Amino acid sequence: MSIILDHINYIYGADTPLAVKALDDICLQIPDGQFVGIIGHTGSGKSTLVQHLNGLLKATSGHIYFNGEDIYEKDYDRKKLRSKVGLVFQYPEHQLFEIDVFTDVCFGPKNLGLDKKEVELRAYDALRKVGLPDELFYQSPFDLSGGQKRRVAIAGVLAMKPEVLILDEPTAGLDPRGREEILHQIKELQMKTGMTILLVSHSMEDVAEYVNRIIVMNHGSVMYDGTPREVFSHYKELEEVGLAAPQVTYIMHELKDRGLDVDTDATTIEEAAETVLKALHRA
Amino acid sequence: MGIVRTKELVYEYIRRDEEGNVEGITTAVDHVDLDVAQGEFIAILGHNGSGKSTLAKHINAILNPTEGTVWVDGMDTSEEDKLWDIRQTAGMVFQNPDNQIIGQVVEEDVGFGPENMGIPTKEIWERVEESLKAVGMYEYRKYSPNKLSGGQKQRVSIAGVLAMHPKCIVLDEPTAMLDPSGRKEVIRAVRGLNQVEGVTVILITHYMEEIIHADRVFVMDEGKIAMEGTPREIFSQVEKLKNLRLDVPQVTLLAYELQKKGIPLPKGILTTKELADALMGVK
Repeated sequence: MSIILDHINYIYGADTPLAVKALDDICLQIPDGQFVGIIGHTGSGKSTLVQHLNGLLKATSGHIYFNGEDIYEKDYDRKKLRSKVGLVFQYPEHQLFEIDVFTDVCFGPKNLGLDKKEVELRAYDALRKVGLPDELFYQSPFDLSGGQKRRVAIAGVLAMKPEVLILDEPTAGLDPRGREEILHQIKELQMKTGMTILLVSHSMEDVAEYVNRIIVMNHGSVMYDGTPREVFSHYKELEEVGLAAPQVTYIMHELKDRGLDVDTDATTIEEAAETVLKALHRA
Repeated sequence: MGIVRTKELVYEYIRRDEEGNVEGITTAVDHVDLDVAQGEFIAILGHNGSGKSTLAKHINAILNPTEGTVWVDGMDTSEEDKLWDIRQTAGMVFQNPDNQIIGQVVEEDVGFGPENMGIPTKEIWERVEESLKAVGMYEYRKYSPNKLSGGQKQRVSIAGVLAMHPKCIVLDEPTAMLDPSGRKEVIRAVRGLNQVEGVTVILITHYMEEIIHADRVFVMDEGKIAMEGTPREIFSQVEKLKNLRLDVPQVTLLAYELQKKGIPLPKGILTTKELADALMGVK
């Protein structure tokens, strides 16, 4: 079971003079249970890519297979696909609208046609999963803090019981603790439920800390695909396409240049501290 | 008196339920005294809901104090007939570049402010040219803003404010929606304005590494100023910042972790070079 993208091309405004190629021959395989980070500069095709995965955009050419089935087949149930592949947009809190938090989270499963009891069970479960305290369930979503609103919006998607969760910049505009809390919760969710998670992010530090695999998008193509260590070892090439490595990676390179024998592939504070200590002991 | 000064500034807003009945009063800014000298680079940190944006909105009279006074270049912001002078003196740049750009062409957008001030056409063009040069966007003057990247759009927004010849610019999370190189571009442009043009800068951000060059940092919590000092003074208090839901730059955190492991390093390291120098001394 997995998602397979087979030679996906997408052209905005095809057959018009303004045609722009947004995705260029993308071939990817995402197995179940992976935590994948997608990075790329503004306009590199990240959001276009993830919107293909739940059928919001249809490829100009190519095939997408979800759990072995071609989602572009004529009789494929694309409505079901959208409940299996949950997409949390940027600034999802702008989409909250109900009178209280609990009703808002019920909206998705209710539209799946489930009975009331199941809807409420799912909403409760989803709110617990994002770590929202019970006493906030009957508050207006508009009275919550930025980070809390965002959790409610994520819970709204989780309540659909997706097998794949896609988050498009879930931490933009949050304070450092808010960022950490949301990402920590997502990581825990992934470890406990084995859900596949795709995280689109502009924060290299966050991606390095949390994901197992990074896909780098550039001009609509996949530029790199590998573990954080592998991907960030190309930090010079990443800079040329508007990205960077986490700050610690630069620190490691500076230390190495000055003659301290550290592992320059360190991408998190923990790894960096360990390799610096080792190098100092050897020296 | 400095360019921006607040005395005993209090801002309260009334929370209402759906029927419009008063539920309570929230004090968003609570007795804040601030004195910013002409030409300073000030950074304001604080978690979501700490009151920093509310404070910023007082500086160009989007909000008026409930109690206390705000002066901008000696003008009391509660005097309505000074409104336009105040807004020309203290310009504001917001988070989302797409909400701030109105022109079809970059140079027209930048000319919008001075045009509304009744500046003669010839001078408008001079101002547009110098403003775009100051943020490094002069080559893009004939472009349509929607062809630009996030960082470029945000620099156009800054040029638009700059063309009004403000003495002070307030930037409220200008980099929250940008990719790493966009963030770098904007911060470089902001530092240039401050150092080359002598414009007073008040920068609000959640990215700790953006403020290491500030002259003074204020940390807000519950509407009050909780900490004040140079970046080095502020960032040497790692635990206190974490308790305020904030963070320190990765290099500072790495140095802090190494210190905890017994490596003798000075407090409040801010740059890669400082850390490398210090570690070479240890070796």
